[in-house]
Amino acid sequence: MTDLTRFTAAQLAAMLGAQEVSSQEVTRAHLDRIAEVDDDIHAFLFVDAERALDTALQIDNRRSAGETLHPLAGVPVAVKDVFCYTGTPTTCASKILQGWYPPYNATVVQRLLDAGMVILGKTNMDEFAMGSSTENSAFGPTRNPWDLTRIPGGSGGGSAASLAGFEAPLAIGSDTGGSIRQPAAVTGTVGTKPTYGGSSRYGLIAMASSLDTPGPCARNVLDAALLHAVISGYDPQDSTSINAAPADVVTAARSSDVRGMKIGIVKELSGEGYSEGVEARFNEAVELLASAGAEVIEVSCPHFPAALGAYYLIMPSEVSSNLARFDAMRYGLRVGDDQVNSAEQVMRLTRDAGLGAEVKRRIILGTYALSSGYYDAYYGSAQKVRTLIIQDFAQAFSQVDVLVSPTTPTTAFPLGERLDDPMAMYMADLCTIPSNLAGNCAASFPAGLAPDDGLPVGIQVMAPVMCDDRLYRVGSALERLLEASWGSPLLAQLDKEQR
Amino acid sequence: MALTNADVAKLADLARIQLTDEELASMASQLDVILDAVASVSEVAKADVAPTSHALDLTNVFREDVVKPSLPIQEVLAMAPAVEDDRFRVPRILGEES
Amino acid sequence: MSVDELMDFDEVIASYDPVLGLEVHVELNTASKMFCSCSTLFGADPNSQTCPVCLGLPGSLPVVNGKAVESSIRIGLALNCSIAQWCRFARKNYFYPDMTKNFQTSQYDEPLCFDGEVDIEVNQQRFTIPIERAHMEEDAGKSVHRGGTTGRILGADYSLMDYNRAGVPLVEIVTKPIFGTGADAPAVARAYVTFLRDMIRDLGVSDVRMEQGSLRCDANVSLMPKGSTTLGTRTETKNVNSLRSIEKALRYEICRQGAVLASGGRVIQETRHWHEDGGFTSPGRSKEQAEDYRYFPEPDLVPIAPSPQWIDELRQTIPDPPAVRQAALRDLWGFTELEMRDVVAAQALELIEATVQAGSPAHPARKWWMTQLARHANAAQIELDQLAISPQQVAEVQALIDQGVINDKVARSVIESVLDGEGNPGEIVQKQGLAVVSDSSLLQAAIDEVIAANPDVADKIRAGKVQAVGALIGSVMTAMSGKADAAKVREMIVASLS
Repeated sequence: MTDLTRFTAAQLAAMLGAQEVSSQEVTRAHLDRIAEVDDDIHAFLFVDAERALDTALQIDNRRSAGETLHPLAGVPVAVKDVFCYTGTPTTCASKILQGWYPPYNATVVQRLLDAGMVILGKTNMDEFAMGSSTENSAFGPTRNPWDLTRIPGGSGGGSAASLAGFEAPLAIGSDTGGSIRQPAAVTGTVGTKPTYGGSSRYGLIAMASSLDTPGPCARNVLDAALLHAVISGYDPQDSTSINAAPADVVTAARSSDVRGMKIGIVKELSGEGYSEGVEARFNEAVELLASAGAEVIEVSCPHFPAALGAYYLIMPSEVSSNLARFDAMRYGLRVGDDQVNSAEQVMRLTRDAGLGAEVKRRIILGTYALSSGYYDAYYGSAQKVRTLIIQDFAQAFSQVDVLVSPTTPTTAFPLGERLDDPMAMYMADLCTIPSNLAGNCAASFPAGLAPDDGLPVGIQVMAPVMCDDRLYRVGSALERLLEASWGSPLLAQLDKEQR
Repeated sequence: MALTNADVAKLADLARIQLTDEELASMASQLDVILDAVASVSEVAKADVAPTSHALDLTNVFREDVVKPSLPIQEVLAMAPAVEDDRFRVPRILGEES
Repeated sequence: MSVDELMDFDEVIASYDPVLGLEVHVELNTASKMFCSCSTLFGADPNSQTCPVCLGLPGSLPVVNGKAVESSIRIGLALNCSIAQWCRFARKNYFYPDMTKNFQTSQYDEPLCFDGEVDIEVNQQRFTIPIERAHMEEDAGKSVHRGGTTGRILGADYSLMDYNRAGVPLVEIVTKPIFGTGADAPAVARAYVTFLRDMIRDLGVSDVRMEQGSLRCDANVSLMPKGSTTLGTRTETKNVNSLRSIEKALRYEICRQGAVLASGGRVIQETRHWHEDGGFTSPGRSKEQAEDYRYFPEPDLVPIAPSPQWIDELRQTIPDPPAVRQAALRDLWGFTELEMRDVVAAQALELIEATVQAGSPAHPARKWWMTQLARHANAAQIELDQLAISPQQVAEVQALIDQGVINDKVARSVIESVLDGEGNPGEIVQKQGLAVVSDSSLLQAAIDEVIAANPDVADKIRAGKVQAVGALIGSVMTAMSGKADAAKVREMIVASLS
């Protein structure tokens, strides 16, 4: 039998539904693959083998008993360690939460469980989702399956690498400034940041509440849409959740049709800082879409260059407040409780010992941006820029159906290269940040391998709020055209290399 | 405008993070670089632009005033570093309640 | 104990005008908390009313209790405030172990209710209290301190946290500076908080029990030299747990600040704590620098934009202000103005109203609460409603009188027994055999005996000197151990001698 880890989620779902294969077999195949390659890749922080197999057994039993199950029931999925899931340690890759077991499930996790999906384990990430390389994990970096000396992107490098490494067919991520899309781009996978409010944040451990968005990660467009449909929709436990029916992303992902669509290339997201290889593949992808019947024009979003600055003020401000709760009083790490130190001192010592350098940097930056006397110049100004970015998008979407840009200015950079240069690291999110500030949806799709370094390049598609289906229409059309030219899915090329 | 070590020390204190002198110094220089890079926002942000705190235009999201079960007490206290008499035990508190 | 120099109150007032500022926190009586569905019931087992949201667990998110917003708007309307068309919650960031998120979800520069005013009366003079704002926020947990000697935070070895109260909805009502109250300043403060208590109780949105902490007052005061328009430095006094202590604490602070200024000193801006036992305030540990709360709009909650229709609907539910209601009740009950003023000053209005509702006529209800029961409350230094007797029990005593089961004198001893916790009036009368003797033959026998023993008096009465009956009644009552209806005895004596 062909290795079960090489099938798409849609194929696995069909085989499971037809009872050609059992969920236990599928789950065991992925657990075996994790055991085989994860020492090198380190995509997982925790593998929940026993419970995964137990869930798979239950699903198999229910299915053979004739019960009608969700189409994805029995399909494995990996979950970024930023989501609360009872019975698994939930750490956000931080020492301060090491060993913490949440007493409740995140809404996204609950929806996976309700659909009968098999959660394989928790994936690695930059600590509290702060980073673009997964090097900020307190538990060691994840490596890019395309080149183990390179970063898998971040913060959701673990989820993306688990897909590219065939350790999981599907994964869940969270995207605050690009943490789903940028890892997808540099690992040759698909990642979607749904519309803000389209997928519930309840149980997603917050980095920046006004930006964080849970989303699907997959190896192909249809799989991403299938997972998107499972996790999205109104949740009364999240006050910022949109109480309306989500767009039909699955139908869109099956359409592969961009005829008559108007596509805008964002003028400001190109040029200096963008590698030639990235630009070459991006331009080819856009030409393919044009050849398939889309109308392509250039659109200006004049305030996008200010987005990075606004993001690095708003995000740390919210971070400084959201992470204040990690204070050693009620859960998590406690350092220095020697019956002499005060509560205040124990808080200071614990936060020093338990939080990494990047997290501390952002907390202090945010504390500064909100402090009296500086609020207007920093946080206040950043919020105005946010308004301007929203206006740019509104203006652009009055001309076109979707916007496109490279997902990230360069391909995967070598591990360690940007660790001591925060600003260089932050540049990786240049193209993805505007959609977080504005709340609209965006996705990254594989655009091929850069001619210069042979590493994956991603194309980003951005659509208006609650028009997530448009992402999948463009993505599925592009995937069909590109795979026709490559003769196989992009990841099949990596697979060939690895064998 | 450069942040001094004393500025950073004050911020670290507000944020309840203990930093060594070396950490203070490197943090100050890194923050300066970042602040330089983000300073452009105040030039772009004109006075007549309204600030945005929430990406979406939602209002009036309310819950019914209905009591639902709380967490079982064992689960409440299970992850606590120290417990006494069903309460969270914390080190002596220096500051006063606000 | 107090170490402060104090100046005579009248002397301070001769040179300075006190300027008041009052911050009142009201715990709303919603069934569930402000941002989660945990119960708000007072007195539950520690941490038994907590969940991921009010424990501030990672990943949890708040959702606003709509009833709490409604109650807050109603309070704002009753305070004649404007209601914001659009406002947001804000995070107030500071670390403290009783706050599970290390920020309090509150409101900052966009309060739900703002710019109101209310009228109160002190010593027959009307004062208008300007209201700055009434905003929504959440309460913090409670701590007990262990080790050390005092059970206080200072010197404790460690503390224990109970988060049942964390997230209970609060409304904070803040006045603008209150000028021109002069020597009445302490009484004005008390009258204002009394007004709030009565008004909020009438609205039915809070239990407003100061002793349980559901109504809390921080009293700010500063002294402004007479003729000046420059505000002095203020102090904020906390731990003021009764109406009485608001007045006492402010009086103390005025005398203390007066002495500081008279000696050429400078009042320090600080938080002070009121010590009810010793009747003095003491400074909190002064902060090295003003706290920087780094307020910013709460991203986890969306703005509140009450529609004009909703506000209009709520406006229809606002009861009359206490003064208007008092006037209506005065007419209904037939009290004099003086009687009513005494009743209001004694915090007896609600109790009398409840007693009347339980079936008692108004005047006897007033009499019980304003005489015998008022003496008890005064002696115990507590409020009337803290006495161990309910309006229903008072009404029951009065009913026993009206039915002729007991007389006034016996009733007074029944009240004493109720206060001593011996049970309900009916039970006490039965248990102690206090019911009047209604058996006419027994009474007649006693009367015949008394007439026989006092032939001269009997003759006088027969001769028409009816006022002499009194002497015989007393003897009959003594013979009956007080358990007789005096009016009936009189009737029967007269009948026997005519």
